[in-house]
Amino acid sequence: MTAPAVARLSSAVREEPVACDGLHAEYDDNYQFSIPDADIEESGLSEDEFETLAADHEPYVTNWAYWNEDRADADDAFLRWLEAADETTVPERYESLRAGMSRSWGELRIEVRLDDGARRYEIRHSDDVGEDGLEPHDEPLDARSLVTHDDDGRYRPLKTAPSLPHGWVFADQTGRECVETVEYIYPATVANWYLERQGELDIDHWEPTIGRQSGIYGVVQTWNRGDSHEHVNWVAEACCDDSQCVKRREWQYDEETDLDVPGGDGEFPCREPCSLVIAAARKWTRLEGEQEQAYEFTLTPSEKEQVEEIIDAVADGRADEIREADTSDPANRYRARYLRAKRFDEDGNLSGTATESSE
Amino acid sequence: MQALVVVAHGSHLNPDSSTPTYRHADTVRETGVFDEVATAFWKEEPSFREVLRTLNSEEVYVVPLFISEGYFTEQVIPRELRLAEFDVDQWDSDGTSASSTTLRATDVDKTVHYCGPAGTHDAMTDVIVRRAESVTGDDEVGEGFGLAVVGHGTERNENSAKAIRYHADRIRESGRFDEVHDLYMDEEPEVDDVSDHFDTDDVVVVPLFIADGYHTQEDIPEDMGLTDDYRTGWDTPTEVDGVNIWYAGAVGTEPLMADVLLERARDAGAAVGTAVEEVREQTRAGAD
Repeated sequence: MTAPAVARLSSAVREEPVACDGLHAEYDDNYQFSIPDADIEESGLSEDEFETLAADHEPYVTNWAYWNEDRADADDAFLRWLEAADETTVPERYESLRAGMSRSWGELRIEVRLDDGARRYEIRHSDDVGEDGLEPHDEPLDARSLVTHDDDGRYRPLKTAPSLPHGWVFADQTGRECVETVEYIYPATVANWYLERQGELDIDHWEPTIGRQSGIYGVVQTWNRGDSHEHVNWVAEACCDDSQCVKRREWQYDEETDLDVPGGDGEFPCREPCSLVIAAARKWTRLEGEQEQAYEFTLTPSEKEQVEEIIDAVADGRADEIREADTSDPANRYRARYLRAKRFDEDGNLSGTATESSE
Repeated sequence: MQALVVVAHGSHLNPDSSTPTYRHADTVRETGVFDEVATAFWKEEPSFREVLRTLNSEEVYVVPLFISEGYFTEQVIPRELRLAEFDVDQWDSDGTSASSTTLRATDVDKTVHYCGPAGTHDAMTDVIVRRAESVTGDDEVGEGFGLAVVGHGTERNENSAKAIRYHADRIRESGRFDEVHDLYMDEEPEVDDVSDHFDTDDVVVVPLFIADGYHTQEDIPEDMGLTDDYRTGWDTPTEVDGVNIWYAGAVGTEPLMADVLLERARDAGAAVGTAVEEVREQTRAGAD
């Protein structure tokens, strides 16, 4: 019996020549079949001879059949990238696919494997690799609600924040379902990654992005300090660092002026300041409108360092992890309460120093 | 191929803000009349900025899940979608009559049919009435009942109150309820004194908001005297000054809203088959 993929190939070749991952086939009164990597080049074949030869090299044929399916260019590129299709020959790849090939995408681990000759995809949190007992899911749409809250039940306003919850798996998906699931978890990342690979990513830098804001975000437009872009470095360091977002920041201050802080190592790009950055920048615009003034505080050296450690603990999201009785940690709750009891006056002023000067 | 994109506000703080958008998009998706159904948000992802590039369809129907025409439908959404040729005059609207305009987005090779907001479509009137049916559990509700349609007011946008009045007028003209009034949070006539405006013993109060949040779940219930503290909840109905108040919560959470999205797209030329009728029937059966 002729395998369905072989029959599809012989009928497809009669329509137009086929070329896919090292397989070439044509029809012009009779069939031509070649796989240069395997030193095969046959012409003048009858249909039976063609199909017999094709069946002998079935991985090439099923591989063609899979990549010949109707699919958007970006989805196709993404699925091919998952199995490193442009870097490996078909036999090598099929060998690897039988064992399973994996790639990371943000905090996701995506595995593609051959199951009865068909590609199946599995998606889970990369921390959950090797974990049993994960909650199984089939429907891509399930992903949308799975990732709304983090492991602690807190709302995730930024889909690409590195706070993806654990404990679930999409174990057996088609390629289409896989891309759809990824899109629910990290929206628009495949499209922008693909544009970047094509050299067509449309990056909107800080300047034009704040320039088009209006309404309550119009104030951010005024937040430029002459030629300086130091403040934008601080924004990017605060919001766009790998510890805060798994996208790789590609936007800069403007076309000519790069920011001085790292854009990160993410697999997929960030093409403009997002709504969280703009909303935070609006707050900073207002705060930075204040004049600096000198304050005098009296602290012991350890207390000064403790204040710094507390800021670090909050900024690094570490405050919840500090153990209740770990008084060696300067950001420990008892330590902070002791400092407050000792150094705040009844109005909550550090060292009794009023925020507004009295004159 | 044709796609529907539902664009909504979303929130950085409240996960429930996007819930109605997702739910209605899911209802439309299940009808199967669109090859793709996507959602996009001002405050969530995908952003308005990046949703079009995620679609394969060449024909895209964009329906704003907003209550009224104004800043978002006229400035923010067209700008962020890169509908460079958009001009509000293309809608030729009196403030509640925007239908659709056909444009190209500058970053993708697609035809974009940009529709007026869901909130001003005539079918929205039916959603308000359906909301009243849902909250009273009575498909025939009307006789002996008053209906209050509640809006934010004109604080930022005069079209906001126009939309409220438009639907209140249509329901009043239908004669279904004994009395119909439009009330507001921040202007006269105020929702605080709801019982002063009605002679009926029962009043259904339907806030014209897309999602439940601070206004519909905290502010309005306390202002109306349904409860002293929103955290303790309230009964439905609750008697206030001798009137039974049936408080419906945000109209945008009513399943029939999916029908308005479909009708907006159909009016703009989308092929929706019998989906409108199906959704009208199905959301009735599925209503709480």
